[in-house]
Amino acid sequence: MRKTIKATLLVMAMSLTFAAGPVIAAEGIKLPARNWSFTGMFGTFDRGSQQRGLQVYLEVCASCHSLRLLAYRNLAGIGLSEHQIKAIAAEAEVTDGPNKEGEMFDRPARPSDRFASPFPNDNAARASNNGALPPDLSLMVKARKGGADYLHALLTGYKEEPPAGFTLGDGMNYNTYFAGHQIAMAPPIADDAVEYADGTKATAKQIATDISTFLAWTAEPELEERKRLGIKVLLFLIVLTAMLYAVKRQIWKDLH
Amino acid sequence: MSNKFYENPVIKWIEYRLPIFSFIDESVGSGYPTPKNLNYWWNFGSLAGIVLTIMIVTGIVLAMSYTPHVDYAFESVERIMRDVNYGWLMRYIHMNGGSMFFLLVYIHMFRGLYYGSYKEPRELLWIIGVFIILAMMATAFMGYVLPWGQQSFWAATVITNLFSAVPLIGDSIVTWLWGGFSVDNPTLNRFFSFHYLLPFVIFALVFVHLWALHVHKSNNPIGVDIKGPQDTIPFHPYYTMKDLYGLGVFMIFFMFFVFFAPNFFAEPDNYIKANPLVTPTHIVPEWYFLPAYAVLRAVPDIWFISAKLGGVIAMFGFTLVLLLLPWLDRSPVRSARFRPIYRQFFWVFFIDCIILGWVGANTPDAVFHGIPFLWIGRAATVYYFAHFLILIPLISILEKPKMPPQSISAAVTGTASKGAE
Repeated sequence: MRKTIKATLLVMAMSLTFAAGPVIAAEGIKLPARNWSFTGMFGTFDRGSQQRGLQVYLEVCASCHSLRLLAYRNLAGIGLSEHQIKAIAAEAEVTDGPNKEGEMFDRPARPSDRFASPFPNDNAARASNNGALPPDLSLMVKARKGGADYLHALLTGYKEEPPAGFTLGDGMNYNTYFAGHQIAMAPPIADDAVEYADGTKATAKQIATDISTFLAWTAEPELEERKRLGIKVLLFLIVLTAMLYAVKRQIWKDLH
Repeated sequence: MSNKFYENPVIKWIEYRLPIFSFIDESVGSGYPTPKNLNYWWNFGSLAGIVLTIMIVTGIVLAMSYTPHVDYAFESVERIMRDVNYGWLMRYIHMNGGSMFFLLVYIHMFRGLYYGSYKEPRELLWIIGVFIILAMMATAFMGYVLPWGQQSFWAATVITNLFSAVPLIGDSIVTWLWGGFSVDNPTLNRFFSFHYLLPFVIFALVFVHLWALHVHKSNNPIGVDIKGPQDTIPFHPYYTMKDLYGLGVFMIFFMFFVFFAPNFFAEPDNYIKANPLVTPTHIVPEWYFLPAYAVLRAVPDIWFISAKLGGVIAMFGFTLVLLLLPWLDRSPVRSARFRPIYRQFFWVFFIDCIILGWVGANTPDAVFHGIPFLWIGRAATVYYFAHFLILIPLISILEKPKMPPQSISAAVTGTASKGAE
């Protein structure tokens, strides 16, 4: 046992040291840069896009991907009313308990609950997905180089036929932007994969934009507050520093 | 100055029993004479001290909501980011503060190298500084493990495994460090414990560093000793004010990252929870460890010493060689301003450190214009040690330094002949 551990560690240390390569975004392929409303110093999320993205998550992604770090109450952050949040939560079932009889029981989710996961555990998720584990999406945009650009590129980067000479594994799909180009997830979106409640035309590109915006928010729910406060802090510091400089000059003036 | 007269009866009463007011005055007040010619490179020591304080304060606050357990650590950090009031602010200040701390201290060290601040009678001051940077490295490494992301876990695994290179007892040391047979819950717990302890050790070392500083006072850009009161100005209000202005400039820089690019220095991988079964294909340490990382990887098998052991020795030597510097440099002139040859080699050395950092960020088998990074790293490593062990002693003997001004006041007024009236 010790030997195996040692050997594994050695291999790992070697691979860390010598076999590095980008985890994501297949080597040498540039991600198409997109114009997101939330980049830049004054960036904010596009509320409409966020809410459409929530719809995409609930109708498409949620069948395989969890969103464990998010509670339903957090949806107030994208402009949903208490009533809407209650309705969305109530559609999910969560296990609660034990009750007075000592039994666990299922009940509709409440706003204070975390998003219900599609599978009870990782093994169940693998069993239903051809052995692949659909990752939790809460931090996905922060956890990949390229962030929302990468996610958008991945979702729209599927090819029906791999290039000549590329052998695809059983049940795998070819994706231009995925590391190694083989991805277990089947193309999740297509034109009209959802019917938007606000009447926006649901092209595949639109859907990818909306879900990327939504997941950028789930990864950084503090983004808008952070940037708002940041502007104030920087303005304050610039004025303060200018004054400190003036005082410094005044004090040093009569030296030598 | 200790018999300074205080009007206020309360201060007088306390001062008679515990001379704390004169102590403060002599440390950072009007009773501390400081060379009048310090430039802005002398701001970085006090800035580093302030960042240490910021790190301790934000760290204590973060520890209130952090759970050092493999099952909860990652989630507890995300709770801080999402549910704790201004938790994201505390965490981003702490996370970026680490990078800022190293940046400031590295500048502080290069300042010392350029102006010869390590020379007699400041050898111990310099050596204490080397211990501070060592303690900082240990603290930063263990802190990086706490969020328990993929980079955290694998950094812990790789770095602790380096100790297995120690002959005979290496494996036992590693097991002892881990508290088990792999990086696991006991490892995380002890890292948290040490990460909380070490900053206070650093604080104590900083105190000793300042104590030694106050004996012979600050070095200065011309490296000439203080000859009398005409060479100095009181620390307060002159340098307190200059430091405050520098602090303002630095805070603008620091806060820009905190609010607008909080993950600039971070790896995306660390937002994936640690998984012992999945090795990331790409592990890069934090930027401030990149030069040391390049040195670690540069060493090949040499005779009976394995590449791993050699790399570990070289990596520790990378910092420890600084301890010898006061005795390697024989030049009587401190400041590089009056050392034309040393000055040029200082900048070559500076570029060499940047190259080491750049090599550390790349894989050894990657190539740059046909040259493998492994070889660039080896050349830069050899140069790094040659700079200290060969070039500095040789230059200090062979170089003919220019004549520094007679005194600080002579240099400041620009009238070398006049000096003090």
